[in-house]
Amino acid sequence: MRARRAGPSAILIELPGDDAVSAAYELLTGLRERGELTAAEIVPAARTVLLDGVPDPDRVFRLLPGDATPTPPGTEGNTQITITTRYDGEDLDDVARLWGTDRAGVIAIHTGTEFRVAFCGFAPGFAYLTGLGPHHHVPRRATPRTRVPAGTVALAGPYSGVYPTASPGGWQLIGRTRETLFDLDNDPPALLTPGTVVRFAEEP
Amino acid sequence: MSEPASGSSVPRSRSPETGSGVRLEVIRAGVRTTVQDLGRPGLAHLGVPRSGALDAGALRRANRLAGNPPGAAGLEITLGGLRARVTRATTLAVTGAPCPITVDRRPADPGLPLAVRAGAVIDIGRATAGLRAYLAVGGGLTVPPVLGSRSTDTLSGLGPDPVRDGDVLPVGPATALPPGVDVAPHPPPRGTLRLRVWPGPRDDWFTGDAWRTLLSAEYRVSTQTDRVGARLTGPVLTRAIDGELPSEGLVLGAIQVPADGQPLIFLADHPTTGGYPVIGVVDPSDVDLLAQARPGTTLHFTPAPP
Repeated sequence: MRARRAGPSAILIELPGDDAVSAAYELLTGLRERGELTAAEIVPAARTVLLDGVPDPDRVFRLLPGDATPTPPGTEGNTQITITTRYDGEDLDDVARLWGTDRAGVIAIHTGTEFRVAFCGFAPGFAYLTGLGPHHHVPRRATPRTRVPAGTVALAGPYSGVYPTASPGGWQLIGRTRETLFDLDNDPPALLTPGTVVRFAEEP
Repeated sequence: MSEPASGSSVPRSRSPETGSGVRLEVIRAGVRTTVQDLGRPGLAHLGVPRSGALDAGALRRANRLAGNPPGAAGLEITLGGLRARVTRATTLAVTGAPCPITVDRRPADPGLPLAVRAGAVIDIGRATAGLRAYLAVGGGLTVPPVLGSRSTDTLSGLGPDPVRDGDVLPVGPATALPPGVDVAPHPPPRGTLRLRVWPGPRDDWFTGDAWRTLLSAEYRVSTQTDRVGARLTGPVLTRAIDGELPSEGLVLGAIQVPADGQPLIFLADHPTTGGYPVIGVVDPSDVDLLAQARPGTTLHFTPAPP
């Protein structure tokens, strides 16, 4: 674990992988809940956790557990969400080819994976879900689409995700869900928050 | 993401709320006017940008002059050009970019509390320097809050739509008397801007020359400047490490360097994460100055004290 300053009131903590990011995120949000850490924002990402709005970043360096990598957190106790999906995405055949299988094989692998929200970004409520094995990582589309509809289930790199609102996007589209990913009347407004365990189920 | 997400379920109500019954009727909205308060911090882990007034200090001053709490919502008026009417006697205040102001066609002063009658028309003319003027109304604008803030977020489409001609905005009840003020000048600086910059978090992705260049060369604010960020033009900042940086959290004032080597400094509507390396961070207390820098303004960076 290494921490880097990002201006006078923020530090960026580097971690070896997404398990360590999840563990550090849980550790830091726990410290904040217990009043042992002041931070306006705790933002997990692919290999880092950003603490922003920290009155004394040097003190945070001392709170961090040295070089030891935190133990990957278990998933029991985390919120579990099932996202019912119709697998009819435009890129389903391309993904099947990349994975060396057919449409049914893609659906079996995607619905058979336990995902976890590693972090959010790109748009409010857009969650980066990890859990696919390395041989199931896929490249982005060479040309991004100008409009991907809300509720589209997609893949890129090590991640799976669901577009909360219509937006441009370069991910491989495999299906769609009717779930609302971002609802201002909910608290929190995002259905998928960091640490949430997610499974996909095929729409009957 | 190159355009605000559309089709979101954001309430866009324009009808006055119940409450004081006072309204601000926008006769002419100007080039780009939005409702802004101090934004919606604390939600970056859900992908929600901070947003809020770009020159937060100017909004705070306008609120203080109008007798409002610091976080009341007002109008952020890009380059001036707004005409509006208040339906009841109240206090107005204009801060930020200096603009000629009239109330009922009589010249009025920026940076002072302006007591106006019911039906008074305020004209905020074209800014003579700077970019963004702020109008506070006694009681604050009370459009429906979204996630605790009334700010328009131009990146993600949260909050009210940009203000248009004919919009009627509700005003809350005044909570305090405006302060007694004789003089409160706060003109934005003219000419070259000096911004204090902290190295990192990814300065090691650049050559040592890149950091020296950033601190010695002159950069200019380009015309590609909006609420998300200010693009700069100047000497290219060269990378020492090629390849992709996994997405990571971004702070206000982060100086991100895309593949073309031309820096971009993030302002209030910046995305919560990004994948280009950040060579340095503009001290937050200097970001308000940057928010007033017109395209063409020259910038110099000086090291912030460690």
